Amino acid sequence: MATKMKEVDVVIVGLGWTGGILAKELSAAGLKVVALERGGQRSTEADFSVPAVRDELRYVVRHDLMMNTQKDTITIRNNVSQEALPMRRLGSFLPGDVVGGSGVHWSGHTWRWTDMEFKVRSLYEERYGKKSIPEDMTIQDWGISYGELEPYYDKFEYTAAVSGKAGNIRGKILPGGNPFEAPRARDYPLPPLTPVLAQEMFKAAALNSGYHPFPRPSANASRAYTNPDGSRFGACQYCGHCQRFGCEANAKGSAHITVIPIAMRSPNFELRTHAWVTKVLKDSSGKRVTGVTYTNVLNGEEFEQPAAMVLLTAYAINNVHLMLLSGIGQPYDPASQKGVIGKNYCYQTGASATLFFEGRHFNPFMNAGGSSTTIDDFNANWNFDRGKQGYVGGFIVAGAFNTALPIGYRPVPGGTPPWGTAWKAATAKWYDTAMQINMSGSVMANRYNYYDLDPTYRNAFGLPMMRMTFDYKENEHKIGRHAAQVINDIAKSMNPTRLNPAVARTEPWTVVPYQSTHNTGGTMMGTNPKTSALNKYLQSWDCHNLFSVGANVFPHNAVYNPTGPVGALAYWTADAIKNRYMKNPGPLVSA
Amino acid sequence: MKNDGIDRRKFLKSAVAGGAAAATVSLPRAAEAQPAGPAPASQGSPAPANTYAYLNPDEAAFVEALVDHMVPADQYTPRGTELGLNTYIDRALAGGWGKGDRLYMQGPWKQGAPSQGYQLPLTPAELYRTGIAAANAFCVKTYGKSFDKISESQREEFLLGLRAGKVVFENGPPARVFFATLYQNVMEGMFADPIYGGNRNKAGWKMIGFPGVVAVHYQNVEKYRDKKYSVDPISISDMS
Repeated sequence: MATKMKEVDVVIVGLGWTGGILAKELSAAGLKVVALERGGQRSTEADFSVPAVRDELRYVVRHDLMMNTQKDTITIRNNVSQEALPMRRLGSFLPGDVVGGSGVHWSGHTWRWTDMEFKVRSLYEERYGKKSIPEDMTIQDWGISYGELEPYYDKFEYTAAVSGKAGNIRGKILPGGNPFEAPRARDYPLPPLTPVLAQEMFKAAALNSGYHPFPRPSANASRAYTNPDGSRFGACQYCGHCQRFGCEANAKGSAHITVIPIAMRSPNFELRTHAWVTKVLKDSSGKRVTGVTYTNVLNGEEFEQPAAMVLLTAYAINNVHLMLLSGIGQPYDPASQKGVIGKNYCYQTGASATLFFEGRHFNPFMNAGGSSTTIDDFNANWNFDRGKQGYVGGFIVAGAFNTALPIGYRPVPGGTPPWGTAWKAATAKWYDTAMQINMSGSVMANRYNYYDLDPTYRNAFGLPMMRMTFDYKENEHKIGRHAAQVINDIAKSMNPTRLNPAVARTEPWTVVPYQSTHNTGGTMMGTNPKTSALNKYLQSWDCHNLFSVGANVFPHNAVYNPTGPVGALAYWTADAIKNRYMKNPGPLVSA
Repeated sequence: MKNDGIDRRKFLKSAVAGGAAAATVSLPRAAEAQPAGPAPASQGSPAPANTYAYLNPDEAAFVEALVDHMVPADQYTPRGTELGLNTYIDRALAGGWGKGDRLYMQGPWKQGAPSQGYQLPLTPAELYRTGIAAANAFCVKTYGKSFDKISESQREEFLLGLRAGKVVFENGPPARVFFATLYQNVMEGMFADPIYGGNRNKAGWKMIGFPGVVAVHYQNVEKYRDKKYSVDPISISDMS
């Protein structure tokens, strides 16, 4: 029998960026908060210090900070006629498994998603007509506006030490920034990072091609910084070990050095690590949740933690999984298209070219997570006519370096032998003299891309695994072909000695190699309980004292990295709970 | 130089066969026998003796031949066994990774589509054991000898065939999955920090100009933009 704990006001499931923000905000507002985190605690001093942290094999190849598939994984397939099989080893995406979550090992790219996403169906229908959206493309408006979210983006950027250059302050277009970004109230808290050679060369080529390059905004502190909460950051050292590593310099915006330590100082907050939540409990009416059950993975002891409110703030996939395991909301069925839980799972797409320049020195080991100069001409630029290309969405293109360490990054021109002296000669010659241009493309929701519970495979707790059914559709292939052409045109204009051109993807999505930890959707926010799982405050339509914050609430996936809106929505939801829900607990939007 | 492995293998086999104990004593025997074997030449600090925690003598001979073929001695680096690539692989197989750490190992087992990734009911250590046996069987059938005894050009042909999916192991593990694992591990051994047994004397890092673990580049980003950054690489144990 599970040990029943004393009831608290709030139980938080998963302590990364979103759980950390809510833990800090709600404990400061006087609520008794308990956070349950399945992973352990890591600290900069003990775990991310030199020299031990500079270990590509341990962190990049063997996934030391990531979820362990021995305990829990998902099953995967490309379409409904295939039999899903377990993702036995991590590959395509890497959810974190420590206090601080994936925010410990991310690169820091922090974007503001705009009304182009939040009003996606309305805008495309208005400009290109209803027929421009394929029948199976289940995109819908999000029920929130950029104007509502702007102050919360600002709050997250200042908390996370984002370095960047504004392109649009209150409607005034500023040189050097992204001219296509939505208006912001003020500039970033920190100036852009110092660009590396690849960025400078890409910038010149992009300008020559008539594009609008700018430094990608990133939560890597370009100089020492103290955020509004008093959390202190060191300056980024361009150490080249960013993505998949914890930051030795405390220069990367991460919850474990900002909001979580602040919450920990509150007498209202308690963190329990190694606490694996297995179910959200409901009362007999099914309209309220009453707490969660969890297992202490250090000794197997089971607990019930009653709570007046439950916040699901784990990795996006796990938030959806818990909803399905707990029977909250109606599971989505692609045949009937009824139900919402599991619907609109989306991912991202990418492609890259490698450019070889005899005699240049790129120093691929000197870069920040955000060492990227980017163009947004084919994404946020609404004047870019999608009608000619025939797709919904777009892509960004960048000249960038990020974690180019030698087990994983050894560029050689196409046709180089895979081993032997000729391979060594090419590897030695080009490691320092090559750069890449890459793209990230959106993935629009599709009727047949979704999550449900696997009928066969079970995790270490005997629970059905999450089943992911996903593949790229024609819309993504069109984006990929166009992006590859744009990349290759820019690359050729730079006259490299050799070029491995970008190639648009034609194969199905595969679970290897690594692609992107930007898994979105499954419990969409929206305006109507028939078509979404959560209202605009990320409150469950079914159980008003249940909220979920993460990329799982996105109805589709944009071009940009997701952490900007994920962080902003966490602050937005914290305000909704503090200012509205606490005063009058109940649905914040009437169905 | 390739004869070193073969000679030692013969030596180990005879050492085991000549011993009173069962075949399972090969590990301590190997450790004991090694000082009598030929001392490999190397630059810098002497290479430790090739003793193995997981690989049996046949497997050791295969891995030694593999790493010396893929990483021959030339103007760039000493050969694979002198870089410790065999030691790296052996330790990886003997340790957590080889035993299936972070690998979901529950059935039901199905072959699956390539897009579904690794689906074998084998830990990496088991994949090596069965894969090497199948590879040697293929080589004996095709060339009349095991992989470690065939010629350089036959090794090249065999490995290219393995990589391209032309070599098929009947009733064995999928040859391409086996090859992908071998190749990844050789590269890891060449470029991972030397604490794992490979990249001896940081030869892999020196070859490409990777500076290692010291990475305070706040000022270097500008100072060395488009300039060669030449330092003697520093590894984890250099700083410990």
